[in-house]
Order: sequence, then C-alpha cells, then structure tokens
Amino acid sequence: MHRIVAIDRRVPETPSTVTWRFRDPTPAAPGQFVMVWVPGDDELPMSLSYTDGETKGVTVKAMGATSRRIQEIPPGTRIGIRGPYGNRFALTPRRLLIVGGGSGTAVLAPGAEALRRDGAEVVGALGATTAAEMLFAERLRSAGARIELATDDGSLGHAGYVTEVADRLLGEPGRFDAVWTCGPEVMMRKVALAARARGVPAFGSVERQMKCALGMCDACALGPYHVCVDGPVFPAETLLGLSEFGRSKRDPSGRLVPV
Amino acid sequence: MADLAVDLAGLSLRNPLILASGIWGESGDSLSGAWDAGAGAVITKSIGSVARPGYPNPTVEPLDPGGMLNAMGLPNPGIDEYPAEIARAREHGVLLIGSVFGGTPEEFGELAGRMAATGVAALELNLSCPHAEGYGTEIGSDPEDVAAVVRAVVRQVRIPVFAKITPNAADLPALARAAEKAGAHGISAINTVRAMAIDPELERPVLAHGLGGLSGPAIKAIGVAAVWQIAEAVRIPVVGVGGIRSATDVIEYLLAGATAVEIGTAVATDGIGIFGRIAADLARALDDRGVRRVGEIVGRARRGFAVPSAEAPTPGRGAISRSP
Repeated sequence: MHRIVAIDRRVPETPSTVTWRFRDPTPAAPGQFVMVWVPGDDELPMSLSYTDGETKGVTVKAMGATSRRIQEIPPGTRIGIRGPYGNRFALTPRRLLIVGGGSGTAVLAPGAEALRRDGAEVVGALGATTAAEMLFAERLRSAGARIELATDDGSLGHAGYVTEVADRLLGEPGRFDAVWTCGPEVMMRKVALAARARGVPAFGSVERQMKCALGMCDACALGPYHVCVDGPVFPAETLLGLSEFGRSKRDPSGRLVPV
Repeated sequence: MADLAVDLAGLSLRNPLILASGIWGESGDSLSGAWDAGAGAVITKSIGSVARPGYPNPTVEPLDPGGMLNAMGLPNPGIDEYPAEIARAREHGVLLIGSVFGGTPEEFGELAGRMAATGVAALELNLSCPHAEGYGTEIGSDPEDVAAVVRAVVRQVRIPVFAKITPNAADLPALARAAEKAGAHGISAINTVRAMAIDPELERPVLAHGLGGLSGPAIKAIGVAAVWQIAEAVRIPVVGVGGIRSATDVIEYLLAGATAVEIGTAVATDGIGIFGRIAADLARALDDRGVRRVGEIVGRARRGFAVPSAEAPTPGRGAISRSP
C-alpha cells in the first residue's frame, strides 16, 4: 500500500538535482530506496538521500523527460510513497572511502553521516561534470568527512575522473577498511577493480528499471539477482562477476540495452 | 515420502508447482533461479510479436489484506529477442512452458510456432490478461474466439497447449469446453480478477492504467471455484491458479480437480523459496493422509458431493404433511 505525503521542502541542489524533503515516520536505513509516485505522472525508484528521523528525503536527478518534469513540482504537492525497499549499507566500516559520481553521492551520504556520528573516519572522493554539479560536498564536510573533488572540466578539484582520485587514495596501504560507491556504472566498475587490486572490500549501489519493487515482475533482473530485493547494494565482487554490470541493462520491455 | 511427480498432459513434472507467467519471467537467469528453487515447471513471461514496454508506473499496488493489484500491460521483449533468454534457461535444464499472447488467431498461431521452435516443452495461451486493450480477456471472453485461437495454435505445434482462461467472464466452463473441443491439452485457471484501487485522498486511480487485475490470497476462493466448475466440464487436465501460498492451498486446488497449480504472487510475499517450502510441506501433508502419489487426491472433494436443494419441500408431499 502506498501512503500519501506532502513535499515540505524543495531544495535545488545543483542545476540538475533537486531534493524533496517530506514527513514520513516509516523507519529507513542508508542504502534503501522508495517508490515515489507523482500522481498523474510516473512512479520511480529513488534512493533515500535522508534516512534519519521523521523527515526523509530523495534527491531527484534530471535524466529523462519524466524526471525533468517532476523536478518542477512545487512544495506542498502530495506524492505517494511505497517502501522503503531493498537492502542497506552495513554500518560497520571504521575507515570508509566513499566514491560518488554525480547524483550517486546522494545514495552514499546518509550512511557516511551515520558513520561519522559513530566516530568512524570517512573520506569522500566526489566527482561531477563541472563545479556547479558537485553534490553534497558541503553536507559531507560539515559531517566531518574529508572530501576530495574531481570535475571533468577541471573547474573544481582534480581535473579528470574521480576514479583517479579514488585510485590514489586507495594506494595508501591500510588506509581504508571499506569502499562504498555509487554513480555511473563504468565509474563503479573502475572503483570496484581498484578496490579489488588493493584488497579492500567494496560495495556498490546499482540502478535498474523497476516496476513492482517486490521481487516479482523481473524488470530489475541483474544476472541471478533482483535489484529491488537482493540490492540495490551489492558487494563489488558480486557485481564484477556479472556480465551485465557496467555493460548492459534491461529496458522497460525487458530487452538488454547498453548502460 | 509421498511421490509429488505428476503427468500433466504428457509433461512429466517433478512436482505440481509451476511458476506462473509474468513472475521472474523476463530473464533466462531468473527462470533458472525459479527452477533451482524447486518449481516443477516454469512459465515464461507472455511474449508477443514485437517488443512492448508496458504501461507506465504505477503498474503494481500491494493491497491489504492479501491482494496484489497490477496492470503491467504485457511488457515483453518480443519473439525476436526472447529466444535468447529461453536458450539460457534450457541450457540450465529448466522444464519450460512458453506463454504467448496475440490479438488474432493468426497472430497466436504464428507466435506459437515460433515459441515452440525455441524448444519449450509446452505452450500456455494468454487468453485472460484483464487489462490490455485488444488482447487477453478481450479475445478470451467468448467461447468461439477461444476456440478459433486454440485451433490456430494446435495446427502449428506438436507440443501440449494450455489455454489460460479468464475469470472475468460469465461462463467459465463454456470457455474451457470450447478450448478442449478445439484441441487444447489442458486449461489453466484463473488469471487475475479485474480490479481497481482509487486513492481516497487524491481522488484518483492508483494504477496508471486505472483498471488492473487482482492476484494473491484474496482471489484463492475464486480460483478454487473456477477449477471445480471447469474440472466438471472437461476431460483434459486443469491447472489451478490464484492465491496459493501454502501446501494447504495446493491441496485445496487438487481436491477441487486441479492436476497441478501455478504460483505467482507468493514469490513477492514469501520469496522464491516458496517452491521448496511448499514441496516439502506438501509431501509431509500427503504422508499424514496416507497418500502415496499426489495424483490420488485430484478431484477427491468431488466424490459423492451433490448440491442439496435450496427449495422448501412442496406442501402435501414433504415434511409438513407428515407432522402429527
């Protein structure tokens, strides 16, 4: 059953991302997602970018026509929520590296904040196309994480890929006991390989087409897994073992198409 | 231990628990996963002539208590692409039943031929999707239409053909009889029951398509009644579908006259492990009854059952005249 919540606050984060905050006391954990129904439009899976307390949040990225359109809906709009669904990031690392690409950082932020509150060390390598698109760098800094940035156009931080920053950080032996990553799959694949090379356990949150979100309809099939119930967080070693990871996904009809 | 193996229209199933169409049916890996979890056979997603994305979300709404509402809109990759998934599942050794849907008898015949060529062991004809314009129930509600589709299909293939019929019609036995007469080897009943949910706060339908189909425990009694009536009307085997979550539910369908059953929505509520759990529970339950082969209880509730009269005895000849 969905429940109706009103968007209390609409926070433009970057030119392409908007956060909606809404009151929803249903408990949720970092890594989990909800199905968000915009009445009269679509229902989309969205990872929670705020999981604590009674005010949750999702950060909507303008990807296609639908997400661009629904980004514009004003505060006060009532939306439907189902969930939270899926698994979570285990809050066990004491020295965590997060590697976020673009809006992927929204998925990593609540868990990173929770670990900081718990006294763990968190280093963030965050990437974006350009400075204005950098997401949640300040939020994570104020949580006490050390943040290193990379932009494709060199307008902020390292000029180049965030994976290059991650690779350098992972090069310090024993510095990290876990890596979390979320972003474009090609990026996540590189992070997973870099973590494997340094012997650091890594976990990635992946995105697939979703319809039921209940492990039934098979829309989010990824190898032998269903992202909605077995994921969205998977050990990097699991992801690297899947021929589809970083290469293909299923479209709404079930056809395999390039990621 | 009771023997769970059944012969279903010539198919040898290791147990009577079949994965229903539309569940875990998009990828060959998922079909294989359902088989590994213990399903006796696995039915593919309903495949049409061309790729079809289905309706926009919301396509699914879980309802309390015990119902699942959906209007997926027959999403499928089309018969050109889907055989790759079937090949993957066949390599894994899965006993596969291919589901197809068409808009005309000719389209059904063409699809059936191409589906059979992939090497599936049997076909199931989707004559019952309740929410797709031009398909399913729209051409499965009339016995003559059902017969025309089945005739077109059995001409094209040499494997068993099951007609999955709709509960959203007045006379289910007539549909089943029409399918049998046209050459079907079995009847699957039921598909989802036409249903709808309206959000009372927003005052609008929840599903993007408005109307949908209901599955889950809420429809089990409807499925049992359908099997009961159809088993009376035909001699070909009946596959019972609707709301099965336990071995007790399976037994109820078997007693009504089903040779096998399909399980779908329970995969969402209980996980794919439901197949292994029900198989183990079913074997134990049959042992407890002293039943050695699962087939022994098929239709057993029908034996000696007669509908009593609901009419008052006629004055002058009944109990009243005999009172002192």
